[in-house]
Amino acid sequence: MIINHPLLGPRDSAEFVVLGDACLIDRPDGMNATFEELHDYAYVRDNPAGEHRELWYHEQGDRSWLVVTRSTLTHEVIKVDLARDVARARGRSR
Amino acid sequence: MTQAMRIEGGMIDRERTLAFSWNGRWMTGYQGDTLASALLANGERLVGRSFKYHRPRGIFSSGSEEPSALVQLRDGAAQEPNTRATTVELFDGLIATSQNHRGPLAFDLMAVNDLLSPFLSAGFYYKTFMWPKAFWERVYEPLIRASAGLGRLPMQPDPDAYDHGFLHCDLLVVGAGPAGLSAALAASRTGLRVILADEDFVPGGRLNAETHEVDGQAGADWAAAATAELTASDRVRLMTRTTVFGAFDHGTYGALERRTDHLADAEGRPRQVLWRIYSRRALLAAGATERSIAFGNNDRPGIMLAGAVRAYANRFGVAPGRNVAVFTNNDDGLRTAEDLGGKGIEVSAVVDARRGNVVVDTIGRGGIRAIRLGDGRRVEADCLAVSGGWSPNVHLTCHHRGRPAWNAEIVGFVPGGELPPGMCVAGAANGTMTLAATIREGHEAAAGLAEDLGAKGSPGTPAKAVDEGFAASPFWQVTGLRKRAWVDLQNDVTTKDVRQSHQEGFRSVEHLKRYTTLGMATDQGRTANVLGLALMAEAAGKSIEETGTTIFRPPYTPVAIGAFGGRARGRHFRPFRLTPSHKWAEENGADFVEAGMWLRAQWFRQPGEKGWRDSVDREASQVRRSVGVCDVTTLGKIDIQGRDAAEFLNRVYANAFLKLPVGKVRYGLMLREDGICYDDGTTARLAETRFVMTTTTANAVLVFRNLEFARQCLWPDLDVHLISTTDGWAQFAVAGPNSRALLSKVVDDLDLSNDAFPFMACAECSVFGGTPARLFRISFSGELAYEIAVPARYGDSMIRALMKAGEAFDAVPYGTEALGVLRIEKGHVAGNEITGQTTARMLGLGGMLSRSKDAIGLKLSGREAMNADDGMCLAGFRPVDRSVILTAGAHFLNTGDPADMAHDQGWMTSVAYSPELGTSVGLGFLKRGKERIGETVRAYSPVRDQDILVEVCSPHHVDPDGVRQRG
Repeated sequence: MIINHPLLGPRDSAEFVVLGDACLIDRPDGMNATFEELHDYAYVRDNPAGEHRELWYHEQGDRSWLVVTRSTLTHEVIKVDLARDVARARGRSR
Repeated sequence: MTQAMRIEGGMIDRERTLAFSWNGRWMTGYQGDTLASALLANGERLVGRSFKYHRPRGIFSSGSEEPSALVQLRDGAAQEPNTRATTVELFDGLIATSQNHRGPLAFDLMAVNDLLSPFLSAGFYYKTFMWPKAFWERVYEPLIRASAGLGRLPMQPDPDAYDHGFLHCDLLVVGAGPAGLSAALAASRTGLRVILADEDFVPGGRLNAETHEVDGQAGADWAAAATAELTASDRVRLMTRTTVFGAFDHGTYGALERRTDHLADAEGRPRQVLWRIYSRRALLAAGATERSIAFGNNDRPGIMLAGAVRAYANRFGVAPGRNVAVFTNNDDGLRTAEDLGGKGIEVSAVVDARRGNVVVDTIGRGGIRAIRLGDGRRVEADCLAVSGGWSPNVHLTCHHRGRPAWNAEIVGFVPGGELPPGMCVAGAANGTMTLAATIREGHEAAAGLAEDLGAKGSPGTPAKAVDEGFAASPFWQVTGLRKRAWVDLQNDVTTKDVRQSHQEGFRSVEHLKRYTTLGMATDQGRTANVLGLALMAEAAGKSIEETGTTIFRPPYTPVAIGAFGGRARGRHFRPFRLTPSHKWAEENGADFVEAGMWLRAQWFRQPGEKGWRDSVDREASQVRRSVGVCDVTTLGKIDIQGRDAAEFLNRVYANAFLKLPVGKVRYGLMLREDGICYDDGTTARLAETRFVMTTTTANAVLVFRNLEFARQCLWPDLDVHLISTTDGWAQFAVAGPNSRALLSKVVDDLDLSNDAFPFMACAECSVFGGTPARLFRISFSGELAYEIAVPARYGDSMIRALMKAGEAFDAVPYGTEALGVLRIEKGHVAGNEITGQTTARMLGLGGMLSRSKDAIGLKLSGREAMNADDGMCLAGFRPVDRSVILTAGAHFLNTGDPADMAHDQGWMTSVAYSPELGTSVGLGFLKRGKERIGETVRAYSPVRDQDILVEVCSPHHVDPDGVRQRG
C-alpha cells in the first residue's frame, strides 16, 4: 500500500506501523472518567468492512502519527491527516 | 545423434552450438533454444512421468504454462526441481534430468499406478486410507509420502544469491507481444517513463512463433525493430526474463527477473531479482494461453498444443514430428497445417471438430504413433497438434478479487468486474484475438493513458497488420469414450474425475478444484482450468458463466522462496547491533548472547574456567567484593526536552515525576492503558526542561513509539520533544564497593563523596581530561554503583581506560549473566517478571502508583480484580535443601495439596546461583507472598521432573535495607 504522507508525499506502507482504530485519540481524562469509559477506551475498537479511520506511525520515517482514512475492503486510501491536527480538531490540547 | 529433427529457419544462432546433458547423455542445441526445443531437436519426446499414474509425458507447450515437461535442472546444491523445460534457456554445459520415476524413465516401476487407476480416482485418499485406523501412521502415510511430489530437493543450502529491487514508472506494460510492444512504443513516444516486462528472453510474444506480417515485414523482424527503438529510449526500461507475477495495492506490482539462470556461471551475480514496481498506470498485455481438448489418451508424448507446434517450427527451427496431425475446434489450429506445410513437414490429417470430425484415441506407449478418428479410421502421426481455443491471461486483472466474465464469441473468460485501480488491458489478454486489432488496441490504450497522465508527446500511429481468421467453437470433449481423457495433465485429472466430483456432490468450482486437485499443480491449471469448468458446467447442465471460476491469486508463475527471502538469510535475517565495547569484549574472552536487537557479552571466560558458571560466579563475586564494569549501552535512551517535559513524564509514568529535582534520577514504572506494567527504567533530570529516560533493551522501540503517540495524539500542545539517543551514548555500569574509588580516577573535577553525589544523583561532567560524559548514581546490583555515559565514538576507548583504571582494584568486566545474578540476589524485577501480564501490585511496586494524578494506565490499574487481597505477589525463594538448584517455571503448591491447577499458588520467574549466599535463590509470584515469609511450599516442575520444598523469603536476598547502594 502507498500512504500519501501529508508532509513527505507518497510512502510505502512498509515504512509504517499500524495501530488501528483512530478512536484511541479520544482518551478520557482518567481523573474524571468512569471505569466503564476507560474500559471502552482500552478495549473496544471498531472493525468495519469499509471506510475506517486508522492510526499509522511513520516509524521508519519522520515519526509522525497519521490518521489514515482507508477502505478495509479495497485498501483505497481516502484521506491522510497528521494525527496531531486531528487531535487538535477534536479539542485535545495540553 | 545430431539434432535429427532440426529444420531450416528460426531465431536460433546456428554458429553457436551448445552442449547439454539430458539424463546423463550429452546432446547439442543452439543459442536461442530452450531446453524443450533442444530436446525436440534431438528427437526426445518422452521427458517425464505424470504425477499420479506415472504416465509417459512429453513436451506439451512452448511457454510458462507447461504442465508436463518438468525437469530437474543443474546438479549439486544448485539443482532445482520441477523446472519447466519450455522456459529454460539452453546454455553450454546445462545438466537436466527427468523426474518422478523409479528405474529408467522409459521403464518406470511406478507406472503400475496406471493399471491401478480405477482405484486412484478423485477423492481416493479420503475413501481408501480410512481403515484400518492403525495402518494410517505405519503404512499409508509413509507410502503416500514416498510417492508424493515430483522432483527432488538437493537438501543443501541454496548457493545462489537473490536481490530485492524497487522501480518506479509512469506506465508498466506487462507482456512484450504485439499489444505490449505497440503500447510501449506509443507511451514512450509521448514522454512517459515506461517499464516493459516479458517473461521470455526475446520480446515479441506470438510474433516470434507465427508467420504474421507487421508493417510489411515479418512479425519477428518488426518486434526486433520495436525492441531496438525501445532499448534506445532512455525513458524505457525493457525487462526480458521478467515475470510480473502479482498485482498489489495502489499500482504496486511484483516482478521476478531471472538474471543468471540462462548462464553456465553466474560469476557471483545474484541469480534472481524480486522487483517491487511502483506504477502510476499499468497495461496488461499478457496474451492468451491455448487449451486442450479432452479425447482418449490425449496425454501421450507427441501430443502438443497447436500454438506450440508452430512455435517450435517457426521460432526454434525444430520439427515437432515428421508426420503431424492436427485436431482443432477453431481457425487458429488450421494455421498449424499451413505453417508446417510451408516448412516441408508432412501433415497427415486435419481433424476439425466443427465439421463433426474428432479424435477418439491415440496409439503409442512411449509416444504417439497414430490416432484413431471418430469414424474408426487410423491415421499415422508421430505428433498431434491440438487446439481447443485460447484463454486470455486475465490472472493479474483478478488479483484484487475481480471475477472474469465469459465471452461466448471468443469462447473464453475476459477481464470483467472491477480491475485493480490504474490497470488497463489490451490485446489477447482482453479477448482481442486478432493481430491488427491487438496492435491497435495496445496503441490506443497507451495513448489514452498518456493523455490521462498529462504526457504531451505524440504517440505516432500503430503498426499495420492484417486480422487473421479467428472462429472458435465451444467444443470441449469427445463424448462416448472408453478411454481416459485428461483435463489437467500435471495433476492427472481426467474427465471421469470431473464427472465423479459432480456425482458425489462436489459441484461448486471451488469444491471441484479441491476434490479432484484440478488446477492445483505448479502450473495452476493454465491449460486445464477452463476445460475443467466447461466439463463441470456440462455435467451440471449449467452455462460456464453460471459455473464461474475459482479465484486467481499471485503468483502468476512459481516464485522461489529464496527470491522472497532475498539477502535476509542466515545472519542477515535479523542483523544485530554491536555494543561500543564489542571489539574489546571479543579480545577478552566474551561469549555473546542476542538481547533484543543487540549482541551482548554474556560472560568473560578466563583461562582455567571449566564452564559458564565458573565465569559468572567469579564476576558476580568480584562486583560484590570490589568492582565490576558492564556495558549497558543497549538500554533505550530517550532525550526529552521542552517546557512541559516534566508534565509529560508525569503522564506517561505511573509514579510521580513532576517534582523530580534537577540533578536527580528516579525509577519509573510504565503501564499500558489497561493497567498492566510493560516497562520500567530510570529517568534523570539534567536541567529544568531536559530529561534523559532509559528503557529496557527489549522495549526501547515500543516505548519511544508510545511516547510519540502520547505527545502527538493525546496532548498535542504540550511543549515537549523526543529523540532516541540509544546509539548516541556508550554507557557502562560501574558497580561494587570500589566503584567510587575507580571513578574518582576517571571523572574530572566532580566531587563523588556521598554528600555531594548521593544515591540517585546525576550530573553532566567530563572524563579523562575533557571528554564529555554523564554520570548517574544508580544501582541494579544493589551495590554502590554508577552508570557513566560517553558519546558512542569514545565507547571503545572508554572501556579500555575504565579497565586500566580498575587494575588497582582487580576490576572485572561482567556480562549479562552476572548482571542477572546480581539483580536476582537484590530482588530487582526484570523481563521475567514484567511479562505484560503483571501489575505493579504483583511486582511489589503497588505503593509507587500515584493516586493524585492521571497517567496512562493508572485508572484501570485500580480495578477491583487487580487489587484483590489474595492476589499474586513477588517473593523470594530458597531451597530447603541448600544444595538443590531451583528451576524457573516451577509452580508453587502448599505442602500436602495435589499437583493440579486448582491448587496452584504461583510460579517461579527467575533463578540464579548466588555466590554471595552459597545457594540457589529465586524470585517468583506467590499468592499473598508478602505475608508468607518463612513458610515452606512445594516448587513443582513436571517439565524438569523436579518436586522440592522451598522456603519463602523476602525478594531482597542481599542487603534488604539498601545500605550498600546508599553508602
